[in-house]
Amino acid sequence: MDQLLINPDYPHILSTLIFLPLAGGLLLLFINNEFFARYWALGITALTAIFSIPLVSAFDQTSAKFQFAEQYSWVHALNIQYVIGVDGISILLVMLTTMIMPLCVLASWSYIKTRVQAFMVCLLIMEAAMLGVFMALDFVLFYIFWEAMLIPMYLLIGIWGGPRKIYASIKFFLYTLAGSIMLLVAIIWLYKTNNYSFFIPDMMWQDYSLTAQTYLFLAFFLAFAIKVPMFPFHTWLPAAHVEAPTAGSVILASVLLKMGTYGFLRFALPITPEATTLFMPYVLWLSIAGIIYGGFTALAQQDMKKLIAYSSVGHMGFITLGIFVMNLEGMEGAILQMINHGITTGALFLCVGMIYERTHSRDLRSATGIGKYMPIYVTFLTFFSLSAFGFPGTNSFVGEFMILAGTFKYSIALALAAIPGAVLAAAYMLRMLQKIVWGGTDNPDQSWLKDLNLREIITLCPFLFFVFWIGLGPQPFVDLMHVSVASLLDQFHAHQGQALAAAQLILH
Amino acid sequence: MQFLPELTLLGAGLIIFLFSLGKTDTDKMKTVAIGLGTAIFAATLISFRQEGTLFFDSYKVDLYSQVFKTLIAGAMLIVLILGRKLKDIKNAVQPEYYLFLFLSVLGLMMLVSSVELMAIFVAMELSSFAAYIMVPMRDDSGSSRFQMEAGIKYLLFGVTATGFMLFGMSYMFGLTGSTQLSIVMERLSQMYDQPAAIIAIMMVLAGFFYKLALFPFHFWVPDVYEGAANETTAFIASVPKLAAVALLIRIVSMVNGEGQVIVNILMVCAVLSMFYGNLSALIQTDIKRMLGFSGIAHAGFVLLGILTFQLSGYANALYYIIGYVVMTLACFLVICSISSKGENVQINDLSGLHKRSPLLALTLAIALFSLAGIPPFVGFMGKFMLLAGALKQGYLILVILAAINTGIAIFYYLSVVRATFCSDPDNNGRISNSLLTNATSILLLLIIVIMGVTPQPFINFATSTVQLMM
Repeated sequence: MDQLLINPDYPHILSTLIFLPLAGGLLLLFINNEFFARYWALGITALTAIFSIPLVSAFDQTSAKFQFAEQYSWVHALNIQYVIGVDGISILLVMLTTMIMPLCVLASWSYIKTRVQAFMVCLLIMEAAMLGVFMALDFVLFYIFWEAMLIPMYLLIGIWGGPRKIYASIKFFLYTLAGSIMLLVAIIWLYKTNNYSFFIPDMMWQDYSLTAQTYLFLAFFLAFAIKVPMFPFHTWLPAAHVEAPTAGSVILASVLLKMGTYGFLRFALPITPEATTLFMPYVLWLSIAGIIYGGFTALAQQDMKKLIAYSSVGHMGFITLGIFVMNLEGMEGAILQMINHGITTGALFLCVGMIYERTHSRDLRSATGIGKYMPIYVTFLTFFSLSAFGFPGTNSFVGEFMILAGTFKYSIALALAAIPGAVLAAAYMLRMLQKIVWGGTDNPDQSWLKDLNLREIITLCPFLFFVFWIGLGPQPFVDLMHVSVASLLDQFHAHQGQALAAAQLILH
Repeated sequence: MQFLPELTLLGAGLIIFLFSLGKTDTDKMKTVAIGLGTAIFAATLISFRQEGTLFFDSYKVDLYSQVFKTLIAGAMLIVLILGRKLKDIKNAVQPEYYLFLFLSVLGLMMLVSSVELMAIFVAMELSSFAAYIMVPMRDDSGSSRFQMEAGIKYLLFGVTATGFMLFGMSYMFGLTGSTQLSIVMERLSQMYDQPAAIIAIMMVLAGFFYKLALFPFHFWVPDVYEGAANETTAFIASVPKLAAVALLIRIVSMVNGEGQVIVNILMVCAVLSMFYGNLSALIQTDIKRMLGFSGIAHAGFVLLGILTFQLSGYANALYYIIGYVVMTLACFLVICSISSKGENVQINDLSGLHKRSPLLALTLAIALFSLAGIPPFVGFMGKFMLLAGALKQGYLILVILAAINTGIAIFYYLSVVRATFCSDPDNNGRISNSLLTNATSILLLLIIVIMGVTPQPFINFATSTVQLMM
């Protein structure tokens, strides 16, 4: 248990973050007042965000251990524990989640008109489960949060979604669940092998046989690649994104997709390093396929939400690329890009949602030429679009640059293959921006559109703030994760073993 | 005192019988029936700590049997409450319906205490025959005579299974010269390599497979579930399964030594049950039929615990069947409340339930998510522990097949949840429920959540119960 660091100043901070939204959600079940429900949800999520601030200020950046740890026995018969903690990899994701949730509540303020209190209950329970996923250090606890999260998300899409909500929600649920079934078997196998313990840090860096690692990696890969989603497993994503309500899309894009890449970092790499080495080339080329495929499909979309959804496939491809090149630049870039994608894509979905609330259409053609009537809106949209294709000065530039730098170090061929993705990103984002701001000679009459109100501006401002903060001064963010990532990579290279030789054989 | 629950049940049956003599005031009778159900539950609690043997050692009262009696009485009470209107039972036979219900439960209670082959047989028959009669008691308003078909099927398959069991018992007696379960099993354990011994054990188990609706004794399930009245199905789907698991554990725990052939047979039964149940459930439109098929799959899961031949495995099976009964009762509570005249409920009828009754919709959704094995509910914990236990014994392939089955199962449970929550038809008014129904559904919900979130005390209790019995 020496991987845990208990912070005496904040003994229960992580539990508070999980249980505050959970309790808030459960209490809200008994209240039947729409007006109150909105303020209650906003209050709870804002409080959670405020409570999460000490995580950053009291985080020990020189340690790769799991900090703010809490540990209690839960189910003694099976040795399941309630262990939570954050390290440099998960802390940023925890912060992203807590910060984005109040904004999701704000974004649904007038968008959700029916069954408001049920919607807010789903959001709050969702927040608790998502935070739990990033904090859990017991594999069963992780799995419980991982699966429990599906229920509120399913309801968010299935109840408040668009016309094809039934299809989208079921596809989302089945895809994700089917992927994680073998994860459950892998968990039980690890439990049996590791002296009947579910404690995740103890499972890392053990000498499992290469065959066992291969099967474990495949189980992990299936679960996490679907969640990311990586190229051939991505088909649930556009459907779910398009049909989900704005807040649902934001949560999906900003947080849920990160769970897949987080899973790779937390489980696949440390538990199965040799198998990872073996499968690395395939994963890398799948990432490239995702980048190119996502770019081209996004270029062809008329539906704005679909466009951003496919751009997510491309962006997530960059992230998996950064993770699996296995060097410091790539991995730090990937983690930073996870945050960036959460900020930028989340903001873009909010922007589309704002248009949709006004015109009730996501079609690009019905939203052309609104720059003249919604100047504030297009200002925000421009910045977020620039950020989405990695314009220098914005957050994604830093992330993508680091990832590409890492990729160049690993293999020039791979890096060259990824470059068209960056170009494509510029193409599809600028195409969307041009149409929305200026359009052509046959623009529909948009003069009745009202510009953003104060609530919407307040919702978007934090996103813009982080776009520039990370874009201009990324060092604090990199510092937070640096020690954890470096130690992960050190351990990884030490445990690659003979698999490395085999992998080299395949590569060359 | 040791025989108090059974005597109370018998007395309850007789009191109800009195109602059938004159012109029946059905409302009063229903209240009395619930009162009697409560009294029976109280009686099981009073005699909870009793121990001893009765009837020349053929009837054993121990913690194990008393736990099951309490569970059976509790489940019966809930069935009485959720079906207290007897919407689709002919008025004229309502007292008899309750009489047979109590007699059937009496048989089940005797079953969990029986440790002698003849006593097991008699108790089993008592419970079965009473249930056979309950099925065709449904009101024949649609004159489809569907319930008659169901009743005949239930009877024929039941008699066949009993025939198997009796035949197996004759083998056991022939091989060992005794009908005392403990002696029989001890002597049988010396001849596991003989096909006769294996055939004897499997044939006796067949009787319980029938009650538990396990492959290959499941054929009665869909038609009986669909043909019987909602209240009857709620009973058949829950209470007898408790007793069947009790006896399965009691018998299997006595099979010691090298029973590898038996393990293999059980494994095949478990896997086939899961696949057959889940794949068939995928295409059902009648919710009772769907629950019937899902019950077959869940029976396979229970077997997963029993076939480990470990104390922890039995405890997991016990935990799982309790959870299963609670989840099933929660589903049937919703079904019984929705069908206004006791007609069958199609999955499409559930659409917009969240508007008609939010509590019922929540109950159904949580029960189904739990049946599907989504955390943090009892269904997940149960499945997880069963899988962990089976993998501990090295049955990797079995565990993978079972895990695949949970994936298949999600789809049909989800389609019900979808109808409940995600569609908004404008027909159908609100369903107003009585306080008692609401309280029961909240109680069931709490059990589902609490057993799932804090399984430790329940597992401890199940383990110590089974341990004392062994």
